[in-house]
Amino acid sequence: MVQGHHPAPPRGSGLRGTSASDSSRAATPDTSAPSRLAAVARPAAIGPEAVTGAKAIVRSLEEVGVDVVFGIPGGAILPMYDPLMDSERVRHILVRHEQGGGHAASGYAHATGRVGVCIATSGPGATNLVTPLADANMDSIPLVAITGQVGASMIGTDAFQEADIVGITLPITKHNFLVTNADDIPRVIAEAFHIASTGRPGPVLVDISKSAMQASTTFSWPQQLNLPGYHPVTKPHSKQIREAARLLATARRPVLYVGGGAIRSGASAELRQLVDASGAPVVTTLMARGALPDSHPQHLGMPGMHGTVAAVAALQKADLIVALGARFDDRVTGKLSSFAPHATIVHADIDPAEIGKNRTADVPIVGDLREVIADLLPELAREHAQRGKPDLEGWWRQINDWRETFPLGYSEPEDGHLAPQHVIQRIGEISGPESIFVAGVGQHQMWASQFIKYERPNAWLNSGGLGTMGYAIPAAMGAKVGAPDRVVWAIDGDGCFQMTNQELATCTINDIPIKVAVINNSSLGMVRQWQTLFYEERYSNTDLHTGHGTVRVPDFVKLADAYGAVGLRCESKGDVDATIKRAMEINDQPVVIDFTVSRDAMVWPMVTAGVSNDEVQYARGISPAWDRED
Amino acid sequence: MAMSRHTLSVLVENKPGVLTRVAGLFARRAFNIHSLAVGPTEHDEISRITFVVDVEDAPLEQVTKQLNKLINVIKIVELEGPTSVQRELMLVKVRAEPAQRSGVLEVVELFRAHVVDVVPDALTIEATGGPDKLDALLAALEPFGIREIVQSGTVAIGRGARSITDRAMDRVSRPA
Repeated sequence: MVQGHHPAPPRGSGLRGTSASDSSRAATPDTSAPSRLAAVARPAAIGPEAVTGAKAIVRSLEEVGVDVVFGIPGGAILPMYDPLMDSERVRHILVRHEQGGGHAASGYAHATGRVGVCIATSGPGATNLVTPLADANMDSIPLVAITGQVGASMIGTDAFQEADIVGITLPITKHNFLVTNADDIPRVIAEAFHIASTGRPGPVLVDISKSAMQASTTFSWPQQLNLPGYHPVTKPHSKQIREAARLLATARRPVLYVGGGAIRSGASAELRQLVDASGAPVVTTLMARGALPDSHPQHLGMPGMHGTVAAVAALQKADLIVALGARFDDRVTGKLSSFAPHATIVHADIDPAEIGKNRTADVPIVGDLREVIADLLPELAREHAQRGKPDLEGWWRQINDWRETFPLGYSEPEDGHLAPQHVIQRIGEISGPESIFVAGVGQHQMWASQFIKYERPNAWLNSGGLGTMGYAIPAAMGAKVGAPDRVVWAIDGDGCFQMTNQELATCTINDIPIKVAVINNSSLGMVRQWQTLFYEERYSNTDLHTGHGTVRVPDFVKLADAYGAVGLRCESKGDVDATIKRAMEINDQPVVIDFTVSRDAMVWPMVTAGVSNDEVQYARGISPAWDRED
Repeated sequence: MAMSRHTLSVLVENKPGVLTRVAGLFARRAFNIHSLAVGPTEHDEISRITFVVDVEDAPLEQVTKQLNKLINVIKIVELEGPTSVQRELMLVKVRAEPAQRSGVLEVVELFRAHVVDVVPDALTIEATGGPDKLDALLAALEPFGIREIVQSGTVAIGRGARSITDRAMDRVSRPA
């Protein structure tokens, strides 16, 4: 076994010069959005200006503070593209597919904490946004999508390029609007940004009829919001906080189960204090990687289906789980009825509907995580002052035994191809924790979550809830636009890459120099892994013919070249570092590296879908013997 | 946990598409609607939807929380049987040849229902009440021959002087 570098038992060193809060702070979404909107609006009220509806859209975007939008014009949205051309405050990036525009807006939002914006025309333009909207909805990404709609009098007549996008996206947006009256445009856009960025963030679609864009209206700002049914609770209940503090101060086997809410609320600094004060072990879910530095000695890594044995086991054996912005997803809990059977549950989330949805909470706390933890800290200190700190030595002894016995690792492939884990690990080490890493979905995503060391929030972007293959390239593009001074890597699979690589053209033309590592095993790797494990190695339709000595369709190096990007290929272990370093030196063009990796490499540890987390396998056929510890 | 019947009064913004959002949520989250009634309230900006649902207690909490997440939903109140008045409206077309008409009218009288349409061989009867009363009425009319039934969803209101729309109106008049 080659040992991965995290999570391992405490080593004393390895703390990089990055604090949990530093660079994330500036980019942290301000959760008090009314004040945020007020801050964005100029001190003096603007307007009324006589404008068209189309111009009102552009003016609203300017005043709400948008600096970049991703989109493609078309018939119904055309009126807006004319005034957009003159805007000096809003940069429009012309993408090659609306899905790319949607994921780019997500990547931008995730990397910056600001609201991402994408634009599409009616009908097929709008329906192409369905996947990125569903993706953003599952991962709580603040997004505003603006779509053109056919003229108001044509709605409902099956007009050319008409689609009921408000109806289509009802279940996959936080909210959506149909605007047919030009006078409503500024208020609705202000409301859309408010809804997208406050409470539990999410995507909001604003569908605007072409007739409204062409009509005359007036523009004024700021706008009075009219949302009588929308009152997100951010301040937690003090009684619940006291109860949580009491439990955390008295539990013998506590675990802090940290989810993506910690990233969205910008709670990393507070989380770090809670971790240090409580002395409890911490697991960070796929959506929360980086919320606490991986180098923190109490960090056990990722829980769940492909989590570390220590993280999975700690949750299973815990007597107290403090869930912070996490949602007990099936990929974390495994078979729900046998998840953490002995644990009392404290569940803090900004979305009341998440609490008790999957696992009953003994102490429910509704609130913004930053406020929740900030309130929890003094209560915990008070408990410690009264009772003394809890003795967690036995618990840590057990956890460290798991960490030492079952560290993350992998076997060198026997077929002579690269170990994908090694490639990904080296990218993380060479590029460093200030970079942004964006993954697609599949094996490479899991390895990127496991083998890259995340030291800060918003350094790790991926499609967690929806599992959208093709997320990486456009999301990396959006992240690079939002954080141009950071190195942005798309860690992609050969399957994912072929779904959205058209955005390389956007990157080249708009000077967005992302770096793409195609972890090329010439197959749909995660599906193939399941076929290996559960379908008797019958590889039905998972061979992609993108390498491995047969054909290369397409040849990714030639493809990169065709898109005006630099294409590199790496086939031997000795070349891995040099190839990554070569890519690091290129900052004026996108770079695509085709890493030819073994198709037999598998993601471990693994809990088979639908079974208990007690059945976690460290490697194929190897399960920890729990009885020994009990 | 046993399934039980719950009546929810949901105050929503009076805007196009709101019913779709609410009904779609029930379908999407696999909650079963037993009956639904929607109409205006004493405030132009607010509509009221009354749902009767068959769910277990834990899923009911999920229904309520998910409904509350809808931006256009202003307030949700569960109305319990003893502390509320719950009514359905039913129209029944009954075969009533001259020989049987007096028998049908006797049933109408007994149930304090009304005849709203008469033709030589049929009567249309209007009745309001709770589900038990309406079921009993149907059973009594059954022997005469029921031609057609149409029934509204339940509407419900809490007993006493308090109004659930009062506080909701505060929110409507006070912008976010």
